[in-house]
Amino acid sequence: MSTPRHFAPLARLLHWLMALMVIAMLFIGAGMVASVSERHEWLLQLHKPLGIAILLLVIVRLVVRFTTRQPPLPVDLPGWQALAAKASHALLYALMLILPLLGWGMISAAGDPVMLSSSLQLPSIVPADAQAFALLRKAHGYLAYLLFLTVLVHLAAALFHGWVRRDEVLDSMLRGKG
Amino acid sequence: MVDPSSEPSRPPLGASSLALRLSGIAVIVAALAGTFAYVNGTLDPQRLTPNALVNVLEKNNGVHPGFRRNHSKGVCVVGYFQSSGEARPYSSAQVFMEPRTPVVGRFALPSGNPYAPDNSVPIRSLALRFTQANGQQWRTGMNSMPVFPVGTPEAFYQLQQAQSPDPATGKPNPAAVPAFFAAHPEAKPFLQWIKTAKPSASYATETYNGINAFYLVNPAGQRQAVRWGVVPVAVDGTQVTPPQGADFLEQDLVQRLAAGPLRWQLNITLANPGDPVNDASKAWPEDRKVLNAGTLVLERTQSQDDGECRDINYDPLILPNGIEGSEDPLLAARSAAYASSYLRRTSEVSQLPANQESRP
Repeated sequence: MSTPRHFAPLARLLHWLMALMVIAMLFIGAGMVASVSERHEWLLQLHKPLGIAILLLVIVRLVVRFTTRQPPLPVDLPGWQALAAKASHALLYALMLILPLLGWGMISAAGDPVMLSSSLQLPSIVPADAQAFALLRKAHGYLAYLLFLTVLVHLAAALFHGWVRRDEVLDSMLRGKG
Repeated sequence: MVDPSSEPSRPPLGASSLALRLSGIAVIVAALAGTFAYVNGTLDPQRLTPNALVNVLEKNNGVHPGFRRNHSKGVCVVGYFQSSGEARPYSSAQVFMEPRTPVVGRFALPSGNPYAPDNSVPIRSLALRFTQANGQQWRTGMNSMPVFPVGTPEAFYQLQQAQSPDPATGKPNPAAVPAFFAAHPEAKPFLQWIKTAKPSASYATETYNGINAFYLVNPAGQRQAVRWGVVPVAVDGTQVTPPQGADFLEQDLVQRLAAGPLRWQLNITLANPGDPVNDASKAWPEDRKVLNAGTLVLERTQSQDDGECRDINYDPLILPNGIEGSEDPLLAARSAAYASSYLRRTSEVSQLPANQESRP
């Protein structure tokens, strides 16, 4: 069996689905905390269930990642770029996993019921504690900005591969049978 | 294995083509970053944000670390709510079904200064958190006035700005508040009320009004616009002790509760079609049907520095299934601004006076 030249179809589906969800989520979060209008409320009501959906999908995605074979990076890629690619992918996975947990944790620490809709309630995962809330809430905000920056770098690097280096890296996520 | 990128299918890019492609990438990344900076308010400095609302309160009252940025002086109370069952046909909320629901509340003064004398304002407030058996909560913040001075967060912000100290004199411009009210005729009902309002000697004798409109929703999905409030039951209006000093309200409350629990009736006023549900500055006509939803029983006080109410954000949009927010724009603004105040003060818990004194 030869090394695959493309990501598995399920991996590609999850990548693009989550790309949309994560970018939507970042904009929803940023808009929500900067608004006092009704927008604040309906963005918040989107933010919570979408965050839990991302948490579930990233777990599926990690399973897919470790059970399918990834196309290798081009051999002529400079060492620092290969390292940056691997580190940024690890950071993306870590942040997609941690941010929903921080959000869930901060609502729990505030002593608020964790409501995904008017009647769907999740259990608290952190005991109510003001200082824990402040810490989790700040971490949620700062790490969301880090995720946005990482997404921008990831996007720029993907386009660099596709338009400047013109290797198969971008193509491996866009199409192909494997 | 042949690495595909080493295949000779890539003639080097010319300088202009390379520049064009790199610029393309830069434009796409910059567009995304710029949109984000607009959405988060960085590129939209005129937008009224939760932080701006809380900043103006801090500007007017000073920063008192660990305290709420508004309604800063208060006391925690603990008790329960006994449902009468009268609200059941209108709302599926468990609080109206169960005979008893535990409550953690907080009486307060509507000022951002935690050391304001109790007679400095004629308004008192009561916030409540009902914790239902199913884990859902109903939080509400009520005030002793019947209407809010204004109907929108923007007008509330301007009213706060009118009370801000002038950088030149260090004092508020005395003409600013009258000018604000001249430009805001919607404040008339509030101004009419405040003309005769006097600082009460007790929290126990006051009626507290939710002011904002909400919807009760029953299991059939029918929505009824409502406003709620609590009215004292069989309260002894005579003062236990005449008001003395700056902190008589808490002393009075402790004395009264030592003699037994205090009770309020929870009244839920049903709107008629056409009554304004999006404007807290407008009262509803007196003849509207009022449900007696049950009795609020408060049993004991706790210090606000370490009592249960300290870490509760009385966000009016934390509601159980069966109660929903209305189109009132103040609701979302309160929810958003309380979140900003809550983050600030929870970051400063260790700086509260009670926590300072206990240190060596």
